[in-house]
Amino acid sequence: MTQLPLDYETLRLVWWLLLGVLLIGFAVMDGFDLGIGALLPFAARTDEERRTLINLVGPTWEGNQVWLILGGGAIFAAWPALYAVSFSGFYLAMITILLALILRPVGFKFRGKIADPRWRAVWDWALFIGGFVPALIFGVAVGNVLLGVPFGLDGTLRPFYTGSFFGLLRPFALLSGLISVAMLVAHGAAVIALRTEGAVAERAATYGRLAAMAAFVLFALAGLWVAFLLPGYVVTSAQDAFGPSNPLSKTVTLADGGWLSNYAAHPWMIAAPVLGLGGSILATLTIGRAGLLALASTTLAITGIIATAGLSLFPFLLPSSLNPSVSLTVWDASSSHMTLFIMLVSTVIFLPLILAYTTWVYRVMRGPVTPASIGRNPNAY
Amino acid sequence: MIDFTVVDLARMQFAATALYHFLFVPLTLGLSFMMAIMESVYVMTGRSIWRRMTLFWGTLFGINFAMGVATGIVMEFQFGMNWSYYSHYVGDVFGAPLAIEGLMAFFLEATFIGLFFFGWDRLSKVGHLIVTWLTAFGANFSALWILVANGWMQNPVGARFNPDTMRMEVADFAEVIFNPVAQAKFVHTVSAGYTTGAMFVMAISAFYLLRGRHVDLAKRSMAVAASFGLASALSVVVLGDESGYVATEHQKMKIAAMEAMWETEPAPAGLTLFALPGKDGNSFEVKIPWVLGLITTRSLNTEVPGIRPLVEHAETRIRSGMQAAADLDAIKADPKNQAAREAFAANWKDLGYGLLLKRYRDDVENATPEQIRQAALDTVPDVAVLFWSFRIMVAMGLYMIGFFGLALILSTLHRLRQTPAFLKVAFFSLPVPWIAIESGWIVAEYGRQPWAIEGVLPTFYAASSLSVTDLAISLGFFVTLYTALLAVMVYLMVKTIKAGPASYALIEGIQGSSRIPDAAAAHPSR
Repeated sequence: MTQLPLDYETLRLVWWLLLGVLLIGFAVMDGFDLGIGALLPFAARTDEERRTLINLVGPTWEGNQVWLILGGGAIFAAWPALYAVSFSGFYLAMITILLALILRPVGFKFRGKIADPRWRAVWDWALFIGGFVPALIFGVAVGNVLLGVPFGLDGTLRPFYTGSFFGLLRPFALLSGLISVAMLVAHGAAVIALRTEGAVAERAATYGRLAAMAAFVLFALAGLWVAFLLPGYVVTSAQDAFGPSNPLSKTVTLADGGWLSNYAAHPWMIAAPVLGLGGSILATLTIGRAGLLALASTTLAITGIIATAGLSLFPFLLPSSLNPSVSLTVWDASSSHMTLFIMLVSTVIFLPLILAYTTWVYRVMRGPVTPASIGRNPNAY
Repeated sequence: MIDFTVVDLARMQFAATALYHFLFVPLTLGLSFMMAIMESVYVMTGRSIWRRMTLFWGTLFGINFAMGVATGIVMEFQFGMNWSYYSHYVGDVFGAPLAIEGLMAFFLEATFIGLFFFGWDRLSKVGHLIVTWLTAFGANFSALWILVANGWMQNPVGARFNPDTMRMEVADFAEVIFNPVAQAKFVHTVSAGYTTGAMFVMAISAFYLLRGRHVDLAKRSMAVAASFGLASALSVVVLGDESGYVATEHQKMKIAAMEAMWETEPAPAGLTLFALPGKDGNSFEVKIPWVLGLITTRSLNTEVPGIRPLVEHAETRIRSGMQAAADLDAIKADPKNQAAREAFAANWKDLGYGLLLKRYRDDVENATPEQIRQAALDTVPDVAVLFWSFRIMVAMGLYMIGFFGLALILSTLHRLRQTPAFLKVAFFSLPVPWIAIESGWIVAEYGRQPWAIEGVLPTFYAASSLSVTDLAISLGFFVTLYTALLAVMVYLMVKTIKAGPASYALIEGIQGSSRIPDAAAAHPSR
């Protein structure tokens, strides 16, 4: 095989980090669209107020959603086993997310085309579902990953699954779902408070401060749950970080407090949960009062909370509760050395470009969104 | 064992979601370029009619694009959901172009499309024009990477099977990108998209001219559409011929089935103009001598193999695949077994043929001669469906060349308004490109059966281990939701078309610094 400039272990670690970057990118960029969708019927009461919120996210939500599409594509390319097992295992949950997400593009585009209030009310609730349901289920899914997912792999590495849709709705997973909703609603509210004026901004800020407070309490609760009640998974055999991606050649057991072992070994990792808690507190104090600082707080909270989940799991990507030894880890569920390298080169070329033109688009669209600014645009939603 | 109801439902779901998605994508491809052309004319000439055209077609583009996004979300995720063994087996190769599509193309398109709609009063003329072009390029780059992925399913080059990870892995990524099948499919597919956009503009403009409404806009739109459409329709057919030529090298069975050609004929083979294909032969056929051989081999003395000899050939490969499966088992039992590794390295390319037997038994190396025979017969796709889909597609393609040729002549002579018969034909030709496109999809993808990846992974073996209930629920919801949304979309398009571009006339001058706050009064949504 040709010599690649980076070794297999390093590339696996880099792609684990990039997976985190993409998930955080999705939660930060599309997360406020989801949060605003979830707030839409409550924070905005009149048609004019609702149009304000819809046109606030209108120019940029399509680009933001690509973080999710790219996340899916990158998991497919870099972690094919994770893509195969998780998406088929969480089948009906994924279908629910997709059905909800389908409502968003059409909701944004179709709502404004007809002035009838009943027509608009239908799409307002469609946009609410399109925001709330994915925010909830993505969180429930992360909770289930920490709990372990009942999947197995046969000798040909064909995945099978013994769980059910309702089996996903375990108490810890629901708690994770609520954390996700709370943090994205707070994030959405921070954006509304920053970019709009008047009653809608005030209402959103009130909901946002409550949501940030809830995120803090629920996240702390989840931490205690993980520390005292929830067993983690531990790899008990040697794993070759340079070996072929085959999850069948290791042993794994459950251990009380197992998800905390990384923090004992690497105390600097405690920065992640601290960031999650600190960001939530700061958001509680600043949403509606200090616009940019509030947005920075919710962004930090999201980063901290997602990083906490990822660092706790490491090196696991998807633990199996059915047969822990077939759990997917960073060292045995990746693509080939060559593919990881090709994908890294593509990412290094294109991700900075994406960040540059996205920043430019936000700069062009900067400034408050008000009924007057919407009225100037013939294409407004 | 594999549950074939699950496999069939998963296939129906994939076909339904892909066919739905493919109603919107080609129009996006074509219309985005035509909008960019119209806006370029506006920027160069400064004549506001051209901007009004961009805005009007842009509104319809937006409604269509929303449906494209709504149906596209599912495409990205259903490989993992419905085809989890596929995702494991080829994700190392197939995932990469999909991810690069996101990085390079879809991000570009989706980021700038927002600015296309919301940036009119915030960007300079040239700035907005650049945004429109970037959106169009994004859409087309997107098609490039999707077709690199799809081309690899038709002709899996640049990859090999790794017995330690039980999957296909990239050996040479340049081969995957420069796959001749992918290149041929890309140009053929985007040209089909441009033709679709052109026909859409033609039909709606013809409607306006027949009614004597918005004549300035309709005449100019038709002039653009006629020339763009003729160039595109010609390139679809010429480049489609290229894809036929490429397919002959790599998918001989598909060509034979498209032609309902059961036996190898002496070169150059005749083209079957009409036939009634059955399960194992044609009950009636009309042939044009020589033509098929010329198209597919570009020579007078190369044979085009028929279905029956190809089945014989498949049988040989299945026997070799059984050996490959046995060698793979030996490697799994003892990873240090060098003899088995060497034997496997020699015949791994037939492993996929061995997997065809999984339909009949798990221990494929012990298959009976009847099972081998049956598996070989499984390599024949549904001949009648392919034969007719292909002919429908070609007929529509040839019709459109004639149509756009005539349109260009009438438009150049300024005779469009004096020829109401042609305008009626143009209006009623609206569905033609969609019929061609969906037939083309059936030829390409249904014609690939029984393979998910040609020669490498049978479709039935690629499916997820799901329950019939799971798939019944998801299929039911998708089809219901998509059909409902499609109906809403058509309703909104018709409403927008009937309202016409008049309302945009009042908001001239929004661009640059001259903002007109009360323009909102003219906006249909207020």
